[in-house]
Amino acid sequence: MQGSAIEIENLTKEYPFGFLHLKKKASLEGLNMQVETGEVFGFIGPNGAGKSTTIKLLMRLIFPTAGSARILGKPISDVEMHREIGYLPEQPYFYDYLTAAEMLDYFARFQDLTAADRKDRVQRMLKKVGLDTAHKIQLRKYSKGMLQRVGLAQAILHDPKVVILDEPMSGLDPLGRREVRDIILELKRDGKTVMFSTHILSDAEMLCDRVGVIVGGRLRGVGAPGTLVDIKSQGMEILFELRGASNAPLLSKATRTGACYRLHVAEEELYAAIEQLRGAGARILSVSQVKATLEEFFLNLVEADRAQAAAVEVSGK
Amino acid sequence: MRRAGVVALNTFREAVRDRVLYSLVFFALLMMAAAVAVGQISIGIEQTVIVSLGLSAISVIGVLISVFIGVALVSKEMDKRTLYALLAKPVRRWEFLLGKFGGLVLTLAVNTAAMALGLLLVMLYVKHSLERSDAVVLVAVYFILLKLALIVALALLFSCFTTPLLAILFTVGLYIVGLYVQELRDLPVEVMSPAMAAFTKWLSHLLPNFENFNVMAMAAHGRAVPGALILQNTLYAVVYCTIVLTAAAVVFSRRNLK
Repeated sequence: MQGSAIEIENLTKEYPFGFLHLKKKASLEGLNMQVETGEVFGFIGPNGAGKSTTIKLLMRLIFPTAGSARILGKPISDVEMHREIGYLPEQPYFYDYLTAAEMLDYFARFQDLTAADRKDRVQRMLKKVGLDTAHKIQLRKYSKGMLQRVGLAQAILHDPKVVILDEPMSGLDPLGRREVRDIILELKRDGKTVMFSTHILSDAEMLCDRVGVIVGGRLRGVGAPGTLVDIKSQGMEILFELRGASNAPLLSKATRTGACYRLHVAEEELYAAIEQLRGAGARILSVSQVKATLEEFFLNLVEADRAQAAAVEVSGK
Repeated sequence: MRRAGVVALNTFREAVRDRVLYSLVFFALLMMAAAVAVGQISIGIEQTVIVSLGLSAISVIGVLISVFIGVALVSKEMDKRTLYALLAKPVRRWEFLLGKFGGLVLTLAVNTAAMALGLLLVMLYVKHSLERSDAVVLVAVYFILLKLALIVALALLFSCFTTPLLAILFTVGLYIVGLYVQELRDLPVEVMSPAMAAFTKWLSHLLPNFENFNVMAMAAHGRAVPGALILQNTLYAVVYCTIVLTAAAVVFSRRNLK
């Protein structure tokens, strides 16, 4: 890591609402965050949490109410700095009268590339995202997944140092998601900084060096996926099969899935539980430690946020 | 400016691939055919009728394209969010606006030139020859193009801060008012209070004067247009467009995209 690629300081975005636009609702509240150079950073949160707002602020599509941000040490208002950034919007929609090759060539023209270089890059990118056989078809005939791929191609076409992707897995089938994951990992291998937003937590756990969790416009935690959650054991899980009927008391606490049963017990009760199950004729298949996952951490935050919002609403009434 | 040129060429490409544009050209050709028919039954005044009808058709088609496509230039990009990926590139918002303006004006220039060529061919068909004085038709077409550029600039400005429907209403409204600016200037000041007279005078200079660009009667009768008027109208359109586009750029550079 060589310092921060993206630095966000006290970034706040409020939207006016009401008949006279006198009331204000905060979509993002005092966001402070850094994305280190060369890392893959996942920005996770539920819908409406402020992920896209943050990314749009970084891309100067909307303007902050307060705060500032820098990318590669330069303020985001610096247009020339955008040569070093690749951006994939959420649910991208491009000029549907263009073919994929034409669209990529159009965007490449803003990067001061020669005609030969543009042609070469466009061909390579189309191949990379698996659209080399569909490059002569107008984008209006593309599926959502194909649009997502062409969007990814335009984001990395000019070999940017920082790539910001808003929900890059959205609309993709499992194969497409794997291809996008591979591209993100390839970008990381090439030393690029990647920041992507998602609400698919398995993608974040699989790809990210660090994740930031945002809920209700506020950042709730930043760190490696493993360090964010409570890594203390939350008990033990016993997986077993049962031959014949049994009336062992523990069985009432087990969950049946097909021919197997899962039993969740405290760590200190593990051996007693195993003996009791074996006595009842059970065949133990596995014993594993239960840890909190990123998903549980995330869901706990969302639920706490909802409970807090409901409490405020009740006290307001 | 190079980036604005890239946007302009893409806007031109979009318009060329737009079927609405083709249908309007078809409509213009239909008008020319009507002009021929009318010309044949208007003994002795064929040129007057053909030139008047032809120039009117060019103007009406051009105004329709300028208003409707002019308003859609920015609003469609915002609605469909095609603008997002573009503005993340090293492109300033004013460069984008200028490119959009330039692209539509280029489209109108090509379209208007094609229609003007059609009109000249119709004149040649009816008169069997073209004279030097017929060049006034080209001056009239040039003035129509200047007027259209001004309408596009206004449509672009309105679409930067309001809904497409309101932007169309504002542009059409201002165009109609702009056709009567001379009447506003000619109002008898003696019957007005000094404040009202000053306001009327100020307003008449602020509003775009579209009547300046109307030399249809001169063209229909083959009368030459003074060089000074060509220069004056060119300067007027350039300065007015610059002011309106600057205002549009100021508004758009502060606009939050949804």
